[in-house]
Amino acid sequence: FSPVGKMFRPVVRLSTSGVRSLTRTRPCYSAPLASRCYSHAKVETDEEFDARWVTYFSKPDIDAWELKKGMNTLIGYDLVPEPKILDSALRACRRLNDLASAIRILEAVKDKSGPHKDIYPYLIQELQPTLIELGISTPEDLGMDIL
Amino acid sequence: MLTSRALVRGLKSGFWRPLSSTSSVQAAHGKDMSPDVLDPSVQQYNNRLDTPLSDVPFVRNLNSEQRQLKEKEKGPWTKLTKEEKIALYRLTHELTYPEMRRGSSEWKTVLGGVFIFLGFSGMLVWWQRIFVFGEVPHTLSDEWVEKQTQRMIDMRINPVGGFAYHWDYVKKQWK
Repeated sequence: FSPVGKMFRPVVRLSTSGVRSLTRTRPCYSAPLASRCYSHAKVETDEEFDARWVTYFSKPDIDAWELKKGMNTLIGYDLVPEPKILDSALRACRRLNDLASAIRILEAVKDKSGPHKDIYPYLIQELQPTLIELGISTPEDLGMDIL
Repeated sequence: MLTSRALVRGLKSGFWRPLSSTSSVQAAHGKDMSPDVLDPSVQQYNNRLDTPLSDVPFVRNLNSEQRQLKEKEKGPWTKLTKEEKIALYRLTHELTYPEMRRGSSEWKTVLGGVFIFLGFSGMLVWWQRIFVFGEVPHTLSDEWVEKQTQRMIDMRINPVGGFAYHWDYVKKQWK
């Protein structure tokens, strides 16, 4: 099946820092011009980040506050969440019997993509099985994407 | 006379946009806009792009129809019609994202008001020029300036980089 998931990975991250590798190889005190004195703290990988958030929303007895807090925090980050995180969040909405929040989440990620108009269709494409299974209509289906 | 003119112009261009809904409608939606009840310690509904899920739903006091819809929401969502889904969304959220992002035409009003006031100021300046200021000194009349310029040329004012430098003494004209 399609490698689109891997292809769009860099697109889904809105900013890349380039710091992720090689923070522990060179000690600072030798100070040649090329080395940088970054902190030696461990940087979370993309996969770890995604897994953490999927786990957060997968909590079986998640409550409404946790869903709101999680979603608002996630939207606050400088990235568009991966489909698997959104899938987990939509299922949390289902457990909480909250269709409005599910639709709101879809609107929010579309807005979050900003000028990158190809992210949202990709997300919907990846989430299509979940949307059909849970019966979540997209904002476009409901005519809410236009004024 | 001037003060009443200013008042009329101010009223014409400086009107306040009316609140989007009356206080009674807002009370039904759980939004308390009366100043003595506006309590920051109580959770309120917000339309914010960066906060998709607000602390409280937009409509909190549900009538029986809405309560029935909420009950139906507990079942499979595939059974809900589009209108019901939209209704559920509107119960929890006042504005959709496109509605939040929609601009207004307020800038036209503001720009218009600015121009009106600038124009009014211009009127005042013009009136002042005609009715307040006296005659310009005679040393600024064309005749005087001509004679003055000729004298400056004769005196070789600023011959290197300034005034007389620009006069061609051979051809008797400006360079």
